[in-house]
Amino acid sequence: MNAATVETSGSPIDEQAMERATVALSLTINGRLHDVRTASSATLLDLIRDQLGLTGTKKGCDMGACGACTVLVQGRRIKSCLALAASYDGEAITTIEGIGTLEALHPLQAAFIRHDALQCGYCTPGQILSGIALLSEKPQSLEAIREGMSGNLCRCGAHPNIVAAIAEVAGL
Amino acid sequence: MSGSLFQYSRAADINAAVTQGSRAGAVFLAGGTDMLQLWKAGTIAPEAVVDISRLPLDDVAYADGKLSLGAMARLSDVAAHLEVTRSHPLIADAILASASGQIRNMATVGGNLLQRTRCPYFRSDGLACNKRIAGSGCGALSGENRQAALFGASPSCVATHASDLAVVLAALDAEVEVFGAAGPRRFPLSDLYRLPGVTPERETNMVSGELITVIHVEGASRFAARATYLKVRDRASFEFAVVSVAAALRVENGVIVEARLAAGGVAPLPWRLTGSEAALVGRAPDAQAISAAGNLAVADARPLAHNAFKIDLLRNAVIRALQTIGYQP
Repeated sequence: MNAATVETSGSPIDEQAMERATVALSLTINGRLHDVRTASSATLLDLIRDQLGLTGTKKGCDMGACGACTVLVQGRRIKSCLALAASYDGEAITTIEGIGTLEALHPLQAAFIRHDALQCGYCTPGQILSGIALLSEKPQSLEAIREGMSGNLCRCGAHPNIVAAIAEVAGL
Repeated sequence: MSGSLFQYSRAADINAAVTQGSRAGAVFLAGGTDMLQLWKAGTIAPEAVVDISRLPLDDVAYADGKLSLGAMARLSDVAAHLEVTRSHPLIADAILASASGQIRNMATVGGNLLQRTRCPYFRSDGLACNKRIAGSGCGALSGENRQAALFGASPSCVATHASDLAVVLAALDAEVEVFGAAGPRRFPLSDLYRLPGVTPERETNMVSGELITVIHVEGASRFAARATYLKVRDRASFEFAVVSVAAALRVENGVIVEARLAAGGVAPLPWRLTGSEAALVGRAPDAQAISAAGNLAVADARPLAHNAFKIDLLRNAVIRALQTIGYQP
């Protein structure tokens, strides 16, 4: 598209249409307030990754099946690829960047390392956040952990070690 | 961004929701778990999305034997509610067999009941589907129809309904309360869904702009001691049912006095097995009665090329569900 085309399309009506196709949002992510304007049709995943640059949250299937995009909203795990960003205005969200530090890992992060609960690591941010939320639901058995983690897929096949890491932190 | 662009508005109250949702090209957004998939797949292309997720319709309450589930209640909150787990375990069981932990935290009761079919011809842009593009034909009828319906289908559509919750609510004679331009209406869940006939695009008897507000389940705690939801699927978790059965019995002095059976994954709507129910009443829950109920459940099945295996699966699922609750002391 050349400059002339851009200029002719920039009529007041088009600007109004653009205005209607965007929304202003205020989100707290990992304790920090973000005031942003984003596309009405943006998912929470795309907002977090592409607009706010928090790329720890991963896009896998983008259809709610794989769980790589898992984030916490008020402590509850959701799939950010099936969340419309506009719908989460005012919410407090935790991404993997808000979990642990290099000096002080979250206990589940440390357990993942001990149990070798990853290979390529792409699904790991989602696994960790999903696991943290599952731990708060107090699973009572290995079977409950397996069932509770069914929304997070690992194509490297680290599931047994992921379950073992969560079980250790759960005290099972 | 995978889907088309749309405008977004959050409904301030239920009247605003009805007004905004009545406009051409508008869709409601609650939990979003189905709507966003449909939009990304190109199955729907809304011009306006009306967010109803913050309407104050998320109460779960139980009093005088009456359970009410707000349409905006999250599935995980319903499944964890004390009066659901204690008095209506069938509802909790069906929800916990649905989707994944993340999805259950997002998905709502109303959205679950109104989710669209998982038929791949409906969900795949470019394939024939009368439900998606009127007059384009039913690709599943002579194509891949392993998941297709055994009951209630028509030459225009053979898709099944995917909700687990709807199956148990059908078994418990739930009622649906909706609100629209003409005010509130309340009717049995069995009147919510339509068979495809020659209008498969019309899945429910709700009108434009109407939304579900509350699900009512009355007097159902009497089944709490003998009720089960059996879901048979291709993998053990996070998968839709190939066949499912909700079964509930009341047994007095060794005789069945009330029986409720509904099946999922076998029809365009939750399918009550009334013939099996009638045959169980007045009999002891023994092997003969249970076997007869299983046979009656599939008596009217009309299989296609790839789904005849569901006949045996449904018969055996009915038998196993009834064995589970029938042989208790």
